[in-house]
Amino acid sequence: MPADGATIPIDMTLGVSRAPSAMRADAPSPKAAHRMNWGDSVFEGVTRFFAVVVLLSMAAILGALAIAAWPALQKFGPGFFFTNVWDPVHSAFGGLAPIYGTLVTSMVALAIGVPVSFGIAIFLTEMCPPVLRRPLGTAVELLAAIPSIIYGMWGLFVFAPWFADNLQPALTATLGRLPLVGALFQGAPSGIGLMTAGIILSVMVVPFIASVMRDVFEVVPPVLKESAYGLGATTWEVVWNVVLPYTRVGVIGGIMLGLGRALGETMAVTFVIGNAYMISAGLFNPGNSIASALANEFNEASDPVHRASLIALGLVLFVLTFIVLASSRILISRLARGEGART
Amino acid sequence: MDSPRLTPVHRRRIWVNRFNLLMSLCAMAFGMAFLLWILWVLFARGFSAISVAMFTQTTPPPGSAGGLANAIAGSAMIVCAATFISTPVGILAGIYLAEFGKQGWLARTTRFMNDILLSAPSIVIGLFVYTVYVAKVQHFSGWAGSVALALIAVPVVVRTTENMLQLVPASLREAAVALGAPMWKVILMVTLRAVRGGVITGVLLAVARISGETAPLLFTALNNQFASTDMNAPIANLPVVIFQFAMSPFADWQSLAWGAALLITLTVLVLNILARTLFSQRAPR
Repeated sequence: MPADGATIPIDMTLGVSRAPSAMRADAPSPKAAHRMNWGDSVFEGVTRFFAVVVLLSMAAILGALAIAAWPALQKFGPGFFFTNVWDPVHSAFGGLAPIYGTLVTSMVALAIGVPVSFGIAIFLTEMCPPVLRRPLGTAVELLAAIPSIIYGMWGLFVFAPWFADNLQPALTATLGRLPLVGALFQGAPSGIGLMTAGIILSVMVVPFIASVMRDVFEVVPPVLKESAYGLGATTWEVVWNVVLPYTRVGVIGGIMLGLGRALGETMAVTFVIGNAYMISAGLFNPGNSIASALANEFNEASDPVHRASLIALGLVLFVLTFIVLASSRILISRLARGEGART
Repeated sequence: MDSPRLTPVHRRRIWVNRFNLLMSLCAMAFGMAFLLWILWVLFARGFSAISVAMFTQTTPPPGSAGGLANAIAGSAMIVCAATFISTPVGILAGIYLAEFGKQGWLARTTRFMNDILLSAPSIVIGLFVYTVYVAKVQHFSGWAGSVALALIAVPVVVRTTENMLQLVPASLREAAVALGAPMWKVILMVTLRAVRGGVITGVLLAVARISGETAPLLFTALNNQFASTDMNAPIANLPVVIFQFAMSPFADWQSLAWGAALLITLTVLVLNILARTLFSQRAPR
């Protein structure tokens, strides 16, 4: 490669404009130099192609599911999302029960998972001795590494019986007597149901929420915390009145990330939710979620309308998680941008 | 702290602080308890199921002895193929984001979509591969499973590759360019090589993530009771075998499922820890 050709790419691709202007005067026009570097153009083209592939796969998922779901959406109309019928024999479908189950189990997961994640994040950033910080942080992240089918097996064979024997009757007898909230803690104490699925989901989302919270807590400028401590604030007051308001946006982003995970979780839920198309306030009753309906029925569905209805449910799930994850991404990046480049 | 002039407000603040920090300790204990509980159950039930026969015999019909040889082989093949598809795609797309696209609209949009794809429900990805591939060729196949898993692995590789490349100091690139190297050579031979450890970490994490995935394989690779190495046909694989055996009423199938569960969890955890140690060796730079 000619020497004059080499100075130009620095200017063009790296934005490093340290070359003295005298040197630039001799160089050929940037366009000519660009043409010389066909190797670079090809390479850039190839990498751009794969970036576009990643981008398009998202659109392709949406498009392919919408097309495959069309027969069901056309037959049942918008009522598909608001009716609770699931009758493969008469080919009548309405997805309200699995949509309800998906939302309810995710809410239970957040109701338990968010306070726990918050506690873990406080522990890891404020209380933990520095020696233990890394191993304990890794241990929490390992919770996310365990495959979801393992959670499912453990949930069905170990957790559900334990929950049914030790906690469910007690919960019904105590919290179940409260007005309003009490209705949630009703149902047969079989260990299988929406509540069990929600609890297992909460364990699964904790590592995601906790690691985002820990990361955003660490961006709080030490001087803010130190000034609060200097005024005599306790650790808790610093966390609640300084750290949390400062990182609020990022914390909400982390919660949304956990919600996105919980909505689409399949195997863990399939084992313990009970797979019944019913809607009931009592969380101890069996229910169904979109993901578990798909996992259980899709391969057995021979009727095209049944299959299209299941795909329509998948489309709902995808759109739902897309919205949740997109807002999570925007919130987290807004906090990161406010803080300058932090990865 | 306990000076006699403590006002009630002061005392209340101290107790609120102690109580809440105690709660935070409990939250940590809660998380650790579940981790240990799951691992303990896995070892207690899975360890007895692991034997030589598990690695040499194929999945049995109910009521007879057998192993998981075909499922282990099938899983390895599907995951390997998925890794070979996703690694180049992920690394090249990551290079584009870090080196060429930067803050352009294409790179920003791709980055955004990639982050969403990273957490997208895996069952929907299985459904997608079913509609565009399995439904078209009219049969389940190992390849379809690999494509689904590759779609899950790509975002992980893209993300780590991009993050790693951004850690490379600009002076390294400038030095290489000043020696007259074209950009493609700079990227492949200098910057990518400088972050080799980090990129391998990303690939390992992606392998760990996909080797336990069950949901996307249900509609793609399905399962096969017999030993088969034909990637163009339904093929046995550990996660779906676990699903089928664990849900069955037969004690010997359930025992095999626990063995398989222990095997797969150990693999995933070892890959994770391996990836972390690889990266921590590089981290001080």
